[in-house]
Amino acid sequence: MGRFHRHDDGTEHEHRDDHAGHDHSGYATGAERVEVLERIFDENDRCAAENRAVFAAHGLYVVNLMSSAGAGKTTLLAHTLRRLAGHLRVGVIEGDIETSLDADRLEGFGAAITLVNTGAGFGGECHLDAPMVRSALGRLPLAELDLIVIENVGNLVCPAEFDVGESVRAMIYAVTEGEEKPLKYPVMFRAADLVIVNKIDLLPHLDFDMALFRANLRAVNPKATVLEVSARTGAGIDEWCAWLRTSHTPSAVVSGAPG
Amino acid sequence: MHELSLCGAIADVVTRHAEGRAVQTIHISIGQLRQIVPDTLVYCWSLFTADTSLAGSRIDVEHVPARLACRACGERQELGATPVFACPSCAGVDLEVVTGEEFLITSLDLAGA
Repeated sequence: MGRFHRHDDGTEHEHRDDHAGHDHSGYATGAERVEVLERIFDENDRCAAENRAVFAAHGLYVVNLMSSAGAGKTTLLAHTLRRLAGHLRVGVIEGDIETSLDADRLEGFGAAITLVNTGAGFGGECHLDAPMVRSALGRLPLAELDLIVIENVGNLVCPAEFDVGESVRAMIYAVTEGEEKPLKYPVMFRAADLVIVNKIDLLPHLDFDMALFRANLRAVNPKATVLEVSARTGAGIDEWCAWLRTSHTPSAVVSGAPG
Repeated sequence: MHELSLCGAIADVVTRHAEGRAVQTIHISIGQLRQIVPDTLVYCWSLFTADTSLAGSRIDVEHVPARLACRACGERQELGATPVFACPSCAGVDLEVVTGEEFLITSLDLAGA
């Protein structure tokens, strides 16, 4: 018979003493199987919910900006800060494995910038998680901001797994990365509400097939909004800024977790 | 490569449920729509737990295929190797992910008392 009990932290599980379903070969002999059924991201997601509540309390719209390394996050962000200056009060949480190089490039545009070095992990974390973002909040003047952009670590895999409490997830995708990546990294492309296709000034020099890319994106994420930009020439940046200015209105600040 | 950092979260859950008893096997379900590589997770676990009370425990991964249901017509499908999130029956794109997003510890095998 099982022993069902509750822990102090509110979780509960059953100790089953019957060995049904057990591997009886060698090592596991004499073992007792304990039901756990606990999601491994629970702790992160609880912290993300707390972050989300803090953002909502301050009427903040929060963009989690993700991309692979070198897709142009920081360049786009520099353009964005310059254009939004005087319109929106922006804070930036800059995730970087080791250096402040990216944060330094964003100085001088009137935004409040704080750096989260993720290098404390073993070899450097490849993503920002909810506790890291929470640790940065105390360094931003939340009451004086309208918008926070979280520049995640450049990586197409890991950041997609971690809810940090954002209102919306945007990803930057450079045309130099090829058309097939949505099919190779479906988790990241499915996580994005907005896909900013960057470096379109290079299109004349590439074989990149925009229609094929959009078809691949639609296959994994039919609902994503797509914007085509060039952070080098400035093409499309006004649309992106307009999108931010429309989205940040308090009625658009969502309180629920992203689907 | 976030498997190593996930080991910390796994260790916290395992330690809490093991209540001081020796852990032999940790059974984990990983859905197809998670970007977690089972072999990497197993390898990272051996690194992460070396010289801890969880040293010698092993992770057993159950792979959960992605199954989708169309909210428009109810058609169910299993996601193929090429991920296409559209209904093969009515071409609808409002799909419910029935399984495939799991990442949870289902049970532990603890040494006999």
